[in-house]
Amino acid sequence: MNELLRRLLFLPPQASTLARDIDGLHYFVIISTMLGALLVTVVGGWFLIRYRRAYVDAHPDEYDVQARPPLWMKIAAVGSLFLLFVIWWSIGIRQYLELRVAPEGALEIYVTAKQWMWKFAYPGAARTISVLYVPAGRPVKLILTSRDVIHSFYVPDFRIKQDAIPGRYTTEWFEARSPGVYEVLCTEYCGTGHSMMRGRVVALDPGDFDRWLGGADLETPLAELPPQQYDPPWVVGQTARAPEVDPVVIGERVAETQGCVRCHSIDGTPHIGPTWAGLWGSVVPLASGDTVIADGAYLTESIMDPMAKLHRGFPPLMPSYLGKIRPAEVAAILAFIQSLRDVEAQPAPPPATRDGGAP
Amino acid sequence: MTEQSRHREDIEAGDLFADVPPPPPPDYLRDGRGIRSWLLTTDHKRIALMFYAVIVAMLALGGIFALLLRTELLTPDQTIMTAPVYNRMFTLHGVTMVFLFMIPSIPATFGNFVLPIMLGAKDLAFPRLNLASFYVYLLGTGVTLAAMVWGGVDTGWTFYPPYSTSTESSVFPVVVGIFIVGVSSMMTAINFIVTTHTLRAKGMNWFRLPLFVWAMYATSVIILLATPVIGLSLGLVGADRLYHFGIFDARFGGDPVLFQHLFWFYSHPAVYIMILPAMGVISELVSTFSRKPPSSYDAIAMSSLGIAFVGFFGWGHHMFVAGMSELDAGIFGGLSMFVAIFSAIKVFTWTATLYRGRVAFNTPMLYFFWFLFLFTFGGMTGVAVATQSLDVHWHDTYFVVAHFHFIMVGGTITAFLGAAHYWFPKMFGRLYSERMGLLTSVSVFFGFLFTFVPQFLLGNAGMPRRYYSYPARFQWLNVVSTGGAYLLAGALLLTLINLLCALKWGRRAGPNPWGSHGYEWMTRAIPIKHNFETPPVITRGPYDYHLPEEMPHVDPQAR
Amino acid sequence: MSTRRLAEQFEDLAKQDHAARLAMWIFLASEILLFAALFALYTSYRAMYPDEFARAAAHNNLAIGTINTFILITSSATVALALWAVRGGLQRLAGWLLIFSIGCGLLFLVLKGVEYGQHFRAGIYPGAGYRSAELTGQGVVLFFTLYFLITGLHAFHVVVGLAVLCWMTAGSLRGRFGPDEHVRFELGTLYWHLVDIVWIFVWPLLYLLHR
Ligand code: HEA
Ligand code: HEA
Ligand code: HEC
Ligand code: CUA
Ligand SMILES: [Cu+2]
Repeated sequence: MNELLRRLLFLPPQASTLARDIDGLHYFVIISTMLGALLVTVVGGWFLIRYRRAYVDAHPDEYDVQARPPLWMKIAAVGSLFLLFVIWWSIGIRQYLELRVAPEGALEIYVTAKQWMWKFAYPGAARTISVLYVPAGRPVKLILTSRDVIHSFYVPDFRIKQDAIPGRYTTEWFEARSPGVYEVLCTEYCGTGHSMMRGRVVALDPGDFDRWLGGADLETPLAELPPQQYDPPWVVGQTARAPEVDPVVIGERVAETQGCVRCHSIDGTPHIGPTWAGLWGSVVPLASGDTVIADGAYLTESIMDPMAKLHRGFPPLMPSYLGKIRPAEVAAILAFIQSLRDVEAQPAPPPATRDGGAP
Repeated sequence: MTEQSRHREDIEAGDLFADVPPPPPPDYLRDGRGIRSWLLTTDHKRIALMFYAVIVAMLALGGIFALLLRTELLTPDQTIMTAPVYNRMFTLHGVTMVFLFMIPSIPATFGNFVLPIMLGAKDLAFPRLNLASFYVYLLGTGVTLAAMVWGGVDTGWTFYPPYSTSTESSVFPVVVGIFIVGVSSMMTAINFIVTTHTLRAKGMNWFRLPLFVWAMYATSVIILLATPVIGLSLGLVGADRLYHFGIFDARFGGDPVLFQHLFWFYSHPAVYIMILPAMGVISELVSTFSRKPPSSYDAIAMSSLGIAFVGFFGWGHHMFVAGMSELDAGIFGGLSMFVAIFSAIKVFTWTATLYRGRVAFNTPMLYFFWFLFLFTFGGMTGVAVATQSLDVHWHDTYFVVAHFHFIMVGGTITAFLGAAHYWFPKMFGRLYSERMGLLTSVSVFFGFLFTFVPQFLLGNAGMPRRYYSYPARFQWLNVVSTGGAYLLAGALLLTLINLLCALKWGRRAGPNPWGSHGYEWMTRAIPIKHNFETPPVITRGPYDYHLPEEMPHVDPQAR
Repeated sequence: MSTRRLAEQFEDLAKQDHAARLAMWIFLASEILLFAALFALYTSYRAMYPDEFARAAAHNNLAIGTINTFILITSSATVALALWAVRGGLQRLAGWLLIFSIGCGLLFLVLKGVEYGQHFRAGIYPGAGYRSAELTGQGVVLFFTLYFLITGLHAFHVVVGLAVLCWMTAGSLRGRFGPDEHVRFELGTLYWHLVDIVWIFVWPLLYLLHR
């Protein structure tokens, strides 16, 4: 049934874990749309024929100027439409939440869009252009931004799409169900090359992916994939592999060159900014009174837009690194911070001077 | 001896015939001759006809651009033009159709023509403002088209920054042109509102207003509330190109998404500017041809106001994947569905009106029937794209293109054509060929289906919009769509020819060929300059089909 | 006495005046919406950069802003008085009151110019031209861009308003606004009040709200 409807409606294969559920709603919505429109048309058409002037003039008692549908009928029609919309809405918003909120522990990949190509930066130093390598069967979270105008990262087979906006970080996530090649399209108009700004997602077997990330030869797994089903993208798979260096090492070096360590300690001693020791995964109290879990998204945001969420008890001193630090470097720093998760934080952060009270 | 000279002789004969009534005033088409009497006229009917001519020309122009687009899309790669030309072309198509054709279409032509007559007024409240609005519109159209043809703009009709502030093309003059056109529609809107408030004939209370007037009123309210905001946000984009303000530029700390909020805050209500007048036309058609009052006058009148009001709170549904919060997505999606209820109420009411009526089946009614299906389907797909998780897949694909063409072509243009046929006798005093009318109407419908149904499927399959070249697997659906577009264009051309022929050779029509009880049919076959020979006094509602046909709407006592 | 012509489409003068007033009010409402779009931008960016907006607003010359507010309020009052005078048939008095109002308007523009001059000397320009070294930050630049846009648009309205006032002055000095002729005069005063009211919103946003 699913397969039949999918083909009838020309939907692409359901290659991500969420695709099938979304298509379920799709069928429901489209079928009720068609039935509703058909119903209105058939009723209208029937009236047009049934009460046509020639016939009514021959049967005058068919004509009744005052005829109106009874009140209950109106209420039922509007009420059931309302109910239908409520159902669509409640399923739609639930799925939307699922689409938006990535599961814990998703693999984070930075995507930078520019006219007219996609660049991907993986944990570690690996980087590719136009071809995104991901492990199948593991959630992957993309953190997107753009260097020039707005683009949009769309994978029809995964039913995901997200704008990449200059000056902002947006996220989307997916989990490919099985190894394969899937098409990437840019769906936000971005100029002359907009329709050529295509790419591919290559989902590898998790083992292969880890080997690829570790620098192994990629030709083997790719060769086993189903023959390429899509046109070659604009920029044919350049896969720039960086020299194999431990991302943690790179991260440490970046933190030094960018001057992060002037304010952040890595051994847990109190300093101007919060220490990085044990920061990863911890619960951070915010100046607004909320708390937040120090995951990749939060830390990235803190680097790009430190004022957005202030760590309680620290002054708003940190400058924004937006535009000064490349996504791959952020990824490396995050890897570095992650490597410090088990370092014991030393004495508690400085007392919350702003409240003036005891810590 | 001719009639006139005999009359002159009568007058010369002295007071003997002093109480002979003066000759009836000429109809508005003949009241004043020569090109000047048209260009400087303040008669709302003549202004409406001038608008009519220009607006049909804009439709044809936009249609030609559309055909060029469709021709390019015949093959996956280059067919007849290069990518930059294609990008300019769809901008040209969108801007022409939306700002130059669709927004002024029904209000400036049919609204201008029948609204004062429906109110029993001699003219609009500010006839000179009305004339000025025509010239302002011409100026804006000229500026926009000139800038787009010579400079070229490749931003799409939505002008999203930072692309629009960084592209090489001449955004500034186009934005200025659109701004001027906006001023023109605001002039019309003020005129309509003031006229409805102050120039209603004696005895016409608010609940005797024809439904078309209600629709015009609601449209005018939206125009007035929304146009300044679009004017300003487009103005900012334009000004940005002269002097780099960077209000929406991330490099200056600005937020490009904020522009989208401002833009859609206007442009979502703007889509109701485009559909409400069409709904007004449909209400008139249904009632006239089924010889029944609408099954609920209040529901139709009030739901227009509901759309006008709630329509302002759904704009965010264009931005579900632009990084909005889940909460906002929930609110905007819900409110969009809520507005849809008002449209559904109207559809149900029209359908119920047919029930136990005496339905005449002719060209306008056929257009009504197409409207019923196309608008309902298009509208329901609107609600479908307002369903958040589905829009993630559909956003900016051909599904959305199909959605809005279903409403704008399938809804508004079919209503426009229905109105063109329905009011034709009133405007020109002649009848079009019914047989040709039905034939062209059927071909418009099938041409339409072939053009836009494949686009729904393309959207489902994942073909993004504004794509100059596309993956080869989308080709055959595109070919069908292009074929349909040619069919549609041919059908529309035939429709136009049919009407133009009727202008010259059509049978003469009486004052009320449809036997309608609407007020505009109570004037002469072709109205005189001031519409009514004596100021009418309204003694019955416009849809009182239970009253005998002969009962005049002009109270004889009042003469 | 009345030279006024009843347009053909109206039944009587009262209706015609009502129509004119209604149209003017609608027009003014849409003018306000034009500014409302800028205010909406201001509000959004203020929410994004609260501190920088406060710093930037504190840099504005509060004295000039406040004096200008009083000038505009005064001119509005004299314009209102002029309307009262015209209604009472005192057209020459109205003319002189209007001349005073025009003076106020010009003074407002001069002070605005002085303030712009101060900004330019400090290197404060809108958008890309911004080059102040002391006062930095993206929010600050945005604030000043909006500052120039809002006050610029307002100043444009002041200029249009002054033109209208001049036309009214000429008319009343020549005695063209008879007792039941004052509708057009009244509409002109309404426009000037709009200019004033918009400033009443601009003043707190740009000068006061930084604490
Ligand atoms: C005249 C123009 C017009 C009209 C009236 C509408 C009406 C509606 N539109 Fe549409 N829309 C556009 C023109 C229009 N739209 C355009 C131009 C775009 C693209 C802009 C761009 O990006 O370039 C767009 C895009 C657009 C989007 C964004 C899609 C995207 O980009 O991802 C959305 C999302 O929610 C949407 C929703 C709606 C809704 C809910 C309505 C509702 O108002 C519809 C209400 C009507 C009905 C619901 C029909 C009546 C219902 C019945 C009779 C019920 C019968 C059914 C049963 C019994 C089951 N529209
Ligand atoms: C009112 C609005 C309107 C109308 C009527 C149309 C009509 C048509 N549109 Fe258009 N379209 C838009 C508004 C409209 N469109 C908008 C806003 C966009 C988005 C632009 C953007 O992305 O920025 C768009 C985009 C758009 C695209 C997508 C381009 C892309 O994304 O790459 C396509 C592709 O097929 C298309 C096709 C068509 C076709 C085939 C018609 C046909 O229906 C046209 C047929 C008409 C004619 C051929 C004219 C003939 C008329 C006469 C001879 C006069 C008859 C008059 C009387 C009888 C009175 N349109
Ligand atoms: C001038 C001092 C300074 C510099 C330089 C600096 N920071 Fe910070 N940083 C701070 C302060 C103070 C805070 C706490 C306030 C806040 O949350 O913004 C902070 C917070 C953070 C946080 C959020 C942690 C938490 O617990 O909320 C991260 C992550 C971070 N900085 C990373 C970096 C990186 C990476 C660099 C270098 C590229 C850097 N910082 C450079 C001062 C600095
Ligand atoms: Cu990138 Cu479109
Ligand atoms: Cu919308």
